[in-house]
Amino acid sequence: MQFDQLYQEIILEHYKRPHGRGLREPFGGEAHHVNPTCGDEVTIRVAVAGDKLTDVSYEGMGCSISQASASVLHDLLATLPVDEALKVHDAFVELMQGRGQVEPDEELLGDGVAFSGVARYPARVKCALLPWMAFKDAAVRAGVTVGPEVKA
Amino acid sequence: MTSLAIPSTFDVAALRADFPILGREVNGHPLVYLDSANTSQKPRQVLDVMRTHHERHNGNVSRSVHTLGTEATLAYEGAREKVAAFINAPAASEVVFGKNSTEAINLLAYAFSNASATADSDPRFRLGPGDEVVISEMEHHSNIVPWQLLCERTGATLRWFRVTDDGRLDESELDDLVNERTKLVSIVHMSNILGTINDPARIVARAHEVGALVLLDGSQSVPHFPVDVQALGVDFIAFTGHKMLGPTGIGVLWGRAGLLDAMPPVLGGGSMIETVTMEKSTFAPAPARFEAGTPPIVEAVGLGAAIDYLNDIGMAAVQAHEHEITAYALEALATVPTLRIFGPTTPEGRGGTISFALEGIHPHDVGQVLDDEGVEVRVGHHCARPVCVRYGVPATTRASFYVYTTTEEVDALVRGLDRVRKVFG
Repeated sequence: MQFDQLYQEIILEHYKRPHGRGLREPFGGEAHHVNPTCGDEVTIRVAVAGDKLTDVSYEGMGCSISQASASVLHDLLATLPVDEALKVHDAFVELMQGRGQVEPDEELLGDGVAFSGVARYPARVKCALLPWMAFKDAAVRAGVTVGPEVKA
Repeated sequence: MTSLAIPSTFDVAALRADFPILGREVNGHPLVYLDSANTSQKPRQVLDVMRTHHERHNGNVSRSVHTLGTEATLAYEGAREKVAAFINAPAASEVVFGKNSTEAINLLAYAFSNASATADSDPRFRLGPGDEVVISEMEHHSNIVPWQLLCERTGATLRWFRVTDDGRLDESELDDLVNERTKLVSIVHMSNILGTINDPARIVARAHEVGALVLLDGSQSVPHFPVDVQALGVDFIAFTGHKMLGPTGIGVLWGRAGLLDAMPPVLGGGSMIETVTMEKSTFAPAPARFEAGTPPIVEAVGLGAAIDYLNDIGMAAVQAHEHEITAYALEALATVPTLRIFGPTTPEGRGGTISFALEGIHPHDVGQVLDDEGVEVRVGHHCARPVCVRYGVPATTRASFYVYTTTEEVDALVRGLDRVRKVFG
């Protein structure tokens, strides 16, 4: 059933007990993103040392999808090498923009695969992408070179 | 509000049969449409009139001598007369058609703007540094942003009424807010987020005392209860067809006699002129002056049909029905644990639009679970973000009712909210 795929247990779990929440020092770049249609907000900080992320911290308020997405993002990216983090980022964005037609790579996306159901709800895709878009901006501000802009 | 004593005089179940969409299912459940403040559903009578117009009477208006053009013009101007009668306007020529309320409000804003940039314009529409425009904190963005932009263009100052903790317009600073510097007061008749119905009497009296004009945003009032522009004493009123059983793409700016003709044109083009030379043009009187280009003809005809439909029920009966549903819903929602209502919590002086929050559960999630039950509500800031900021929430869930809403639908909403609390509790 579609609805249960949207609110998978993993998403509700991350929403109720978020991982790595809270803004931390030191950081190289910060970005604050807002979803103007619903008022969801997220602030992401990225800390980089050489070619490796050393922390991704965040604060936000919003729906279960956006806040769980930030928690999963933290789990997946916080200490990855920069190039791998960007690969995961791109895979998540592709999954969200795939209208439910993209088969997610569980090895790459971990708990992020739980969001594959969200892709079938166009009104909620922006919720899931909010922290990821903020992450990308924060990474750029932290000095990371990223590919061309992906539209949410 | 005297008409509230009139009981429901129509059979809601029979009336619902006029609305084909109310027979459909959503996610395996009967549709429970609680988003009429966003847009209303349309009865078959409106759809039929629009279809017949396209199939039998389609021609351009106000410019053809042929039969189809004449029939189309009669239908279009007939709709204008229905609108005028519906709001008790003295003359159909005071009714300007546009796309929606937003366009109606912008039309007035740009008339002010154009008058301010012209030397020989009517002083009532001239704005500059030192002049003031007054709105309120409970306005829809469509009655905030055009005035912010106008004030930026002219150097005038924007001021606003506050909202009280219980969701009423705070008029305690009326005499300070509306003063000899005020050129325009633009306030909402019924809030699209709080449901509050404002009585503009004191504001109108004060505005006119200091020589200011008053625009009333009737987007949420004209569809739901009798509105008499002469009794209200306002100078302008804006509303939209799609929230009152009509189609999208048709809205109204009504202006008191003499005022529209004192306003400079906004859009230039065909139909709005008196004569055109290569150097310069003169302009038609209102309403044609403000209706450049081919107007939304069939949409106006559809709005006329919607007005016929509402008149058949009677606006007092519409109001009485919604009052009953609102009272029922306020009581039912009060039984939902952790539910907080924004705006008046009793049915007096409020309409059938109820915003609320469930503690700790985001409105997006509330709306998504309700949708899975076939219950369609709006979630978000409802284009009234300052109200959300006022009450310290990023967004709310809003259920809004109309002439076709039943108590069973309110029950479905309450059951849905129980499920929301189970999923996220």
